[in-house]
Amino acid sequence: MTTRPWSGGAEPEPDGPGLAGTPDVVGRPGPVPEGGAAHGPRRGALRRLVDVFVQNRLAVIGLGLVVLFLLFCFVGPLVYHTDQVSSNLAVSNEPPSAQHPLGTDSTGYDELGRLMYGGQASLEVGIAAALLASLVGTVYGAVAGYVGGVVDGALMRLVDGLLAVPALFVLLVLSTMFSPGVGIMVLLIASFSWLGAARLIRGESLALRVREYVQAVRAMGGGSTRAILRHIAPNAVGTVVVFATFTVADSILTLSFLGYLGLGVQPPQTDWGGMLSSATNYINSGYWWQLYPPGAAIVLVAIAFNFLGDALRDAFEVRLQSR
Amino acid sequence: MTLFLARRAAQAVVVMLLVSLIVFVLLHLLPGGTARAVLGPRASAAQLRSFDHEYGLDKPILEQFGIWLSQLLHGNLGYSYKLNQSVASLIAEKLPKTLVLNLLALVVSVVVAIPIGVGQAVRRNSVFDYSATFLGFVFYSTPVFFLSLMLVLWFSLDLGWFPAQAPQASTVSGILAEPSGLVLPVASLVLLQVSLFTRYLRSAVLDNLVQDYVRTAYAKGASRTRVVYRHVLRNSLIPMVTILGLSLPILLAGSLVTEQVFNYPGMGLLFYQEAVVADYPTLLGITLVVGIATVVGNLLADVGYALLDPRVRYA
Repeated sequence: MTTRPWSGGAEPEPDGPGLAGTPDVVGRPGPVPEGGAAHGPRRGALRRLVDVFVQNRLAVIGLGLVVLFLLFCFVGPLVYHTDQVSSNLAVSNEPPSAQHPLGTDSTGYDELGRLMYGGQASLEVGIAAALLASLVGTVYGAVAGYVGGVVDGALMRLVDGLLAVPALFVLLVLSTMFSPGVGIMVLLIASFSWLGAARLIRGESLALRVREYVQAVRAMGGGSTRAILRHIAPNAVGTVVVFATFTVADSILTLSFLGYLGLGVQPPQTDWGGMLSSATNYINSGYWWQLYPPGAAIVLVAIAFNFLGDALRDAFEVRLQSR
Repeated sequence: MTLFLARRAAQAVVVMLLVSLIVFVLLHLLPGGTARAVLGPRASAAQLRSFDHEYGLDKPILEQFGIWLSQLLHGNLGYSYKLNQSVASLIAEKLPKTLVLNLLALVVSVVVAIPIGVGQAVRRNSVFDYSATFLGFVFYSTPVFFLSLMLVLWFSLDLGWFPAQAPQASTVSGILAEPSGLVLPVASLVLLQVSLFTRYLRSAVLDNLVQDYVRTAYAKGASRTRVVYRHVLRNSLIPMVTILGLSLPILLAGSLVTEQVFNYPGMGLLFYQEAVVADYPTLLGITLVVGIATVVGNLLADVGYALLDPRVRYA
């Protein structure tokens, strides 16, 4: 959104260290952008990040919701003990009571406990898939943009082709084949969502490789790997972070869709989509406590990550075409 | 211009070939395979082998792809062993229904999105702008199936305004003859699309409102309504052409879900039913049709943009 006053374009993008390849840079060698660049841009990025949260209420709401749900799903079960393994048909489909604040589902699981338990799968898959997709996409895009020429052409045509493959359709088929656990689900979802990152980072990489500091690396004898991993990827950090944030929301929605069709993580494990799926069997019975909580959870978490992504994009001024 | 069109079309053909190769290889690398799916779990290894041999499934995968592709160019999409019908006739039967649903949704979305998006831009940072943005976030973050379920629950089961099931007629005209059954499926797709469209339209109108031609129009005495709806809106709709083209895959994916929830007899429902029983030829055919629709949508978006905006250089 171009209208927000704090997203003004006056502040130049950080170009990384003026003299690239200085040996005192402490950073992880991997392409994970945080901490990869030198102190200057890192502090700048950090300050802008803080500014986002000071000035953008939606970002605060988003971050608050994310933290709340992480606590709810991962710390909640430590406080609120429920049996999510053995079913108890004697107490199935009970409305909310003192003993079961959100009632029970059709197999007698406590619904509140189930919400925490299912949320673990939803959040784990969403976040892990987004991280994996960002990592793969960043490296792929950075290499394509940096190397250029025929290699770039070939790599990006493959991305074009894969982008035109209807992901949801193929995912549906794939998840009927495997009975997916959390790990497989992450791989399946990430296998389609890295394409966006590849495109975005390739664009950045094309622009960055002609910058003086990258040319300096090469002049000083630095290899392509070093230039890509230490200089190009870290300077595309804004794009990557924004992409990753949006992708968490998308991945959670995709997982919930597969879960709703009964093809997500398999019982006795569950995710929010799977919970909705079993709730729809009783849609005529008025068991609202089985329907609204997981639905609201999916929507709230997705909104939270979309708020965050939007605010971060304002901060980094990334031009994402698809949103 | 001609050169641009030709180059863009050639690119699209290459991507289509790639899409079909990817889809073909993906679905053929799956465990189990067609023979097992057709002959059942108790078939012997010899039976599986002879089935594979009969249908050419024991050849190298690239050769199989070549055969499949040449068949495809002759209009033969394969044969559904499960439904005992050619895939082409299955798709020919279901695709028009899916297209009707999606086109209806697209038209309604645009009609709804225009006043909202323009209003947001004209009264930017107002209560209306913020609430529309917020609602947009909500609908964009709501899974289509949950939205559809809520629509069924509230407007069908509770209020009884519309039927919970989509029209089951076998022809397109039969489906259109029961408009009340179409309201909820179309609404579920519209709510998703409108949130996207308004966002783009809002920023396009905002970009246009500060252009020189707007000041000129005001200077010659045009009213605000006239400036906004005659001058600004026209120019702001140009980027919408791109969004319309790009939204095709989103709509088709959405209708995969919507058709399932409302039991709408289109391609999405067919896909879901055949995915569960591992009817690969049908799945392959539908995936390919959707993939090609995506490429064509992208192509139309580019070409439409170039035709409408004289500033675009055909490079």
